[in-house]
Amino acid sequence: MAAGGERPSGGARSFPPDLADSAGLWEEVVVEAPELLEGGPVEEVLGRLDRELVALHEVKRRLRELAALLLVGRLRRRLGLETASPTLHMCFTGNPGTGKTTVAMRMGELLYELGYVRKGHLVVASREDLVGQYVGHTAPRTREVLRRAMGGVLFIDEAYNIYRLDNERDYGQEAVELLLQTMESERGNLVVILAGYRDRMERFFSDVPGLGSRIAHHVDFPDYSLGELMAIARLMTREHRYRLSEEAEAALREHLRRRMRRPGFANGRSVRNALDRARMRQAVRIYEAVRRGRRLTAGDLFTIAGEDVEGRGLERGGARGGRGR
Amino acid sequence: METREPSRPGGGQGLRITQGTFSYLPDLSDEQILAQIQYGLDRGWAVSIEFTDDPHPRNVYWEMWGMPMFDLRDAMAALREVQRCREALPDHYVRVSLYDPGLTRQTTALQFIVNRPPHEPGFRLEREEGHDRVVRYTLHAYAADRPRGERYRGDGRG
Amino acid sequence: MLIEREPAPRRSRWASGVIPYKQMGYWRPDYEPEETDVLAAFRVTPQPGVEPEEAAAAVAGESSTATWTVVWTDRLTAHDNYRGKAYRIDPVPGTEPPQYLTYIAYKLDLFEEGSIPNMASSIIGNVFGFKAIRALRLEDLRIPGEYVKTFQGPPHGIVVERELLNKYGRPLLGATTKPKLGLSPRNYGRVVYEALRGGLDFVKDDENMNSQPFNRWRDRYLYCMEAVHRAMAETGEVKGHYLNVTAATMEEMYERAEFARELGSVIVMIDLTAGFTAMASMSRWARANSMILHLHRAGHATYTRQKNHGVSFRVLAKWCRLLGVDHVHAGTVVGKLEGDPASVRGYYDTLREDVVRRDLACGIFFDQDWCHLPGVMPVASGGIHAGQMPQLLHHLGEDVVLQFGGGTIGHPMGIAAGATANRVALEAMIQARNEGCDLIREGPEALRRAAAWSPELRAALEVWGDVSFEFESTDVPDVVNLPTPVAF
Repeated sequence: MAAGGERPSGGARSFPPDLADSAGLWEEVVVEAPELLEGGPVEEVLGRLDRELVALHEVKRRLRELAALLLVGRLRRRLGLETASPTLHMCFTGNPGTGKTTVAMRMGELLYELGYVRKGHLVVASREDLVGQYVGHTAPRTREVLRRAMGGVLFIDEAYNIYRLDNERDYGQEAVELLLQTMESERGNLVVILAGYRDRMERFFSDVPGLGSRIAHHVDFPDYSLGELMAIARLMTREHRYRLSEEAEAALREHLRRRMRRPGFANGRSVRNALDRARMRQAVRIYEAVRRGRRLTAGDLFTIAGEDVEGRGLERGGARGGRGR
Repeated sequence: METREPSRPGGGQGLRITQGTFSYLPDLSDEQILAQIQYGLDRGWAVSIEFTDDPHPRNVYWEMWGMPMFDLRDAMAALREVQRCREALPDHYVRVSLYDPGLTRQTTALQFIVNRPPHEPGFRLEREEGHDRVVRYTLHAYAADRPRGERYRGDGRG
Repeated sequence: MLIEREPAPRRSRWASGVIPYKQMGYWRPDYEPEETDVLAAFRVTPQPGVEPEEAAAAVAGESSTATWTVVWTDRLTAHDNYRGKAYRIDPVPGTEPPQYLTYIAYKLDLFEEGSIPNMASSIIGNVFGFKAIRALRLEDLRIPGEYVKTFQGPPHGIVVERELLNKYGRPLLGATTKPKLGLSPRNYGRVVYEALRGGLDFVKDDENMNSQPFNRWRDRYLYCMEAVHRAMAETGEVKGHYLNVTAATMEEMYERAEFARELGSVIVMIDLTAGFTAMASMSRWARANSMILHLHRAGHATYTRQKNHGVSFRVLAKWCRLLGVDHVHAGTVVGKLEGDPASVRGYYDTLREDVVRRDLACGIFFDQDWCHLPGVMPVASGGIHAGQMPQLLHHLGEDVVLQFGGGTIGHPMGIAAGATANRVALEAMIQARNEGCDLIREGPEALRRAAAWSPELRAALEVWGDVSFEFESTDVPDVVNLPTPVAF
């Protein structure tokens, strides 16, 4: 009968130690794998990721690879070809606003659909959540975070901040040790994703022995191109039921082109902030125009005009552009 | 008609304290404990683990094994604490409580024993005879004669 | 000076003599009930020739201010305030002689604070014997929060009872000592001891076990409390026996209750036959003495059972919750006593929930907000056994006392084994339910799995597995017959 529906305990086959010995024999055994077919829940999660995130082609390709690996891994486990829980901890590197948290969220769902975690929720934590202020404070805090994340994904933003090499009395060390220990002992129950800037993360790995070897997958999130940022902007305006006028598009493109070169630029997040400010200016513009006696149309309410976009303001009073990332 | 002793789940001849929801069933496996805790977590209940070596039925306040755990999603997190507690205190009673903080409940919703000492000597019933055949009763755990922490250690049956 | 006035009525409202109740202001189809009104739903069967509006007005009148004839002294009062107002009539289709659901609103002033006897005397006092009505049934009451808050409710309630007993997450288990009459106190205590040590939480005096020549109360209490404490020492659990303190006078009831307390009992019981006042007095006593109060609804079916006449049990359940008992018998669905599943669910919700929504399918005519008054633990008793555990848990839920009298004491391996069978069945069902098992579909199989390792349960299933009581209920909600309800 088909091996596809069998459970790891009862249905595992007894393969010989060296598979080469009887490889021919197994060619005849058909394994059913409905989850590999189109329309499954894994496809659904990946599809959602495609729709939600502009570009990120490299990241999406890595995710598809990973999904394939995990799917096949599941089939192999079902047949008893793999027994130990695989290491699934990951490292997401990239600048702010490149989609790391969103991908981590989908990763939790993906791992849940694939049966690698029991719940699939995402817990986002940073140094303040893990490291205490005084002796004996850190372990309970870290443990609490780990407990809440159990069954899902623990996303540690700017993970390297936990550990301060220059300060021997820092309690971060304790948190790192507990984290390492748990990443090993709870491999089957918890997936940890460390996130942050690429260079600082690399230094972190070399500072903390044993950390790198526990991370199975590295995913790099590149900065967006100007064209991709504009695509994000269009996605966001559509989501909020607005429309960018031609002048507004041009102004936004110009604004982003400038901002990209400045420090503190945060990719998608900067686009969101620019649009939020544009909505505010649009509202003020409409309010004032109506009070001056102008007639208001429905189109006015969903159109963001060129003058609403920050780039214009930047030319007039340069200081304003420095605020917000 | 024959009358027999009810079979106690533990199978031994000693007493088996039957506090908690599942004391008449065979001891729960870790997998079964996991399922019960998950049932509570899925209802938004908090989990706490408590232990004692004074199992008097009116000993309400068992010692707390850490703070109650709020906001857990996966029961495995709580099971790990159960395991840590059992390992540290193998000759104590350990129980898991699931707590419902909902308005008009605000009380324990499920409570069951997950560890017991290897031998449970039980209770002596003391009777103080008073006026007009009135008797005042006191339960006294045999184990409680020894100091805390040593009560069930190396007890007779080993 | 010319004073304009309405054309004079054929006859003055206030002229001496007899006029229809309708014309006295008791039929008020335009009346919109207020939040603070007590609302009643009556099922009225008028005498032939009496029109429904007149019958409804008569019920409203006789249950509030009216007498058979006009009295001028009404005019010394703000009479409209004190009049009961029938504001709505729905014919019940398919009834012969025709029945009408009649809704009546009463102003809060008509009722003394915190007094069920007063409320009962008002609403069901004279009116049920009224000649113009062939039959009359009080179906439901909406008791406004303002009136609810004049009561303290159960001495402890479900939550505190569980905390006192240290028992959570499962129904409590009880049994009534059998035979209910005839055992000497010493033999009686033996039954109590065996059942408790086998695994029950409670044993119970039956309603008619008070202080008869063969079993005087003081002797019984002494033996029962010996049994309770011995069982506690055997199991390490809190145990109880409902000592029935019902007696001919309050003085004797207090005397018995005080003695139960002196012996260390956690619970006493009273019978409904003692009356609302005695119940309320014992409720106060129980709260003051940290004693759980169990109520046996002895005699209730004389007026709750017939669908066309009497008082629905859901009204009685509301009164019991207000005047304050911790337990009340409320039906089993599957046992030997009357109670269809939907009605019983309505009773259970009424006793346990904080807000109960109008649900005609369960016989609930009004929204009822209990304003956080503690819940009453319903008791399911009469002809139930371990084999029905999946259905019992499914229908009745967790906050209930399941009482297996015959189902414990009649066990072929003895009383303690019977108790163990029930406890094993219960715990196995709770475990299975919490693991996601569908009790109705998969429960019986889970029960058989437990029976595989529990000889006591196996024997119970062999003896009673197939016993059921399938009779048509007489008191069922007629929601399918009712017109579309309006919300208040």
